[in-house]
Amino acid sequence: MKTKLTPNSHYSIKKGAGDTTVLQLNGRIDTESSDKIIKGLIRTFKKRLNTKLIVDLKNVNYLDDYGAMLLVEIKKLITANNGSFTIENAGDEVNEMLESLNFSSLGRQDPFTRERSPNIFIRLGDAAISYFSDLKDMCIFIGSVCLALLYTLRHPRSLRVNDTIDYMQKTGVDALPIVGLISFLLGLIMAFMSSVSLQQFGANIYVASLVSLSMVRELGPIMTAIIVAGRSGSAFAAEIGTMKINEEVDALFTMGFDTSRFLVVPKVLAAVAVVPILALFSDIFAITGGLIVGVGMLDLTANAYLTQTFKTLTLFDVVWGAFKCGIFAFLIALIGCLRGFQVKGGAASVGQATTSSVVSSIFLVILSDSIFAVVLRYWS
Amino acid sequence: MSREPVIKVRNMTAGYDETVILNNLSFDIYEGEIFVILGGSGCGKSTLLKHLVGLIPPMSGNIIIDNDDICSCNEETFSNVLKKVGILYQSGALFGSMTLAENIALPMREYTNLPESAIQTLVKMKLSLVNLDGFENHLPSEISGGMKKRAGLARAMALNPKILFFDEPSAGLDPISSIDLDNLILHLNKVLGTTMVIVTHELDSIFTVAQRVIMLDKRTKGIIADGDPKHLRDHSQNQFVKQFFNRLPSQKDMTGKEFT
Repeated sequence: MKTKLTPNSHYSIKKGAGDTTVLQLNGRIDTESSDKIIKGLIRTFKKRLNTKLIVDLKNVNYLDDYGAMLLVEIKKLITANNGSFTIENAGDEVNEMLESLNFSSLGRQDPFTRERSPNIFIRLGDAAISYFSDLKDMCIFIGSVCLALLYTLRHPRSLRVNDTIDYMQKTGVDALPIVGLISFLLGLIMAFMSSVSLQQFGANIYVASLVSLSMVRELGPIMTAIIVAGRSGSAFAAEIGTMKINEEVDALFTMGFDTSRFLVVPKVLAAVAVVPILALFSDIFAITGGLIVGVGMLDLTANAYLTQTFKTLTLFDVVWGAFKCGIFAFLIALIGCLRGFQVKGGAASVGQATTSSVVSSIFLVILSDSIFAVVLRYWS
Repeated sequence: MSREPVIKVRNMTAGYDETVILNNLSFDIYEGEIFVILGGSGCGKSTLLKHLVGLIPPMSGNIIIDNDDICSCNEETFSNVLKKVGILYQSGALFGSMTLAENIALPMREYTNLPESAIQTLVKMKLSLVNLDGFENHLPSEISGGMKKRAGLARAMALNPKILFFDEPSAGLDPISSIDLDNLILHLNKVLGTTMVIVTHELDSIFTVAQRVIMLDKRTKGIIADGDPKHLRDHSQNQFVKQFFNRLPSQKDMTGKEFT
């Protein structure tokens, strides 16, 4: 032992007898000290890989699995490059620790890596299979919900009335303020924007027609449906998804309840019952918004504005808007519940289901609205 | 064993909102011991554990972990204290979006400067310590409840904490897994000198691992017994303690005979 190369409170490296290098470790080699010295040690030994290393543990009074890890890392580095690695003078406790960690076999296996994703064909096939099984799930689900609805029609007493009323409040009453506010502002904006053009032709009074017709026939139901999808569709998905994870859905099943009848029917019925009413409220708020612009900026009297509104609107328009909203509500509730039932695994899956319920229900709402527009065009 | 208290609880009152669950509690937990908190259902065992790890601040009183009062210290000290403790939650509380290896590596990646290969070696060691070799790439949803619990233990020990808390470690385990876990607890306590604080009411487990117990009571909202569990079983004068350790029913049995 001649020259001291790297002085450190936890380790020192010396030249040993012959062509060996001695690494002397001192004191407690635990979580803290291993963390401190590992990078320096690895850097040092990377410079002289081809050494015969002797690790002297004479002065080590405590060594835990972090310390063992330190030794494994150095051993891996040295032995991979034709060096040799030996441990000397380990105390009883240290030896026991190393033995209990199975030190001699450590570092031999390859480090694990996250499984790589397979090639593109396998992934395409996987995606196709999962798409079709998704479709199958969806068909089964819609079928079971339809059966459950029919059953409820025939046995009205089987309906969970309290749940249904609760969901009516959550989907309808609680959404009223936000639906009202947004419709009001929408009516205001539409009246304001259209007045700029219509004023040039002296057609101020047609602002009332424009606002009422477009809101009652199209925008009111769509805005209401989008708000309901964001508020309640997502809530349904999250609720059922969490129940699924907590095995509550399994519990219902094994207790002999039909999960569709128990969980889906109250939500669907509640949504279908209250969302059309929300749409009617949305109509009223939108017309009020337009009225304020008409009276405040366009020198119309409230009476003239309202008369024009009632002249434009037919009862059919109002009922049609509400009817569409009922269909939208059915789709939203159905999709929300379906996504909830598709949850598998953990918390991340609930988040995914919630997102997907909102996205797919908004898509379906717009899609079905387009279909309604075409149907109406050829029907009348 | 050194008799240095590592956790000191002084006059702590705990509860939720207006209801007091534990009233004016004081006790010490010494370094390196296996300490068991027990009591009947609803007596506040889990509440006490949540207070000890700082999840809920007590209504009054102090909790001192390793000379830092976690009720009144600043954020920095508190996060330092948290690095000294590991907690095994009842169902493991593994992060569902990460593999077991990632779960265990998470605290190492956050709190140490170890190179990646060292972390992988450590993760392997931790997993083999809890007998889960080869499950590195499994997701928590793909393994059984007992395995989740063991993986949770591996994660709790990722940084070799000074103190390990267990919330009902043997709940939901089969007898073999349960005794394996008990042995693992004893082994870790021996080789690493970790202080163990365990909340449980499994009698077998208590007699196997516990060096000292405290027993909480619902009615008095405090400690009704403390000491060595075997001594308490054989010598306690308290009716409830006797019943608890000897598995006696609280009422007449079904045949109408009365127990005394």
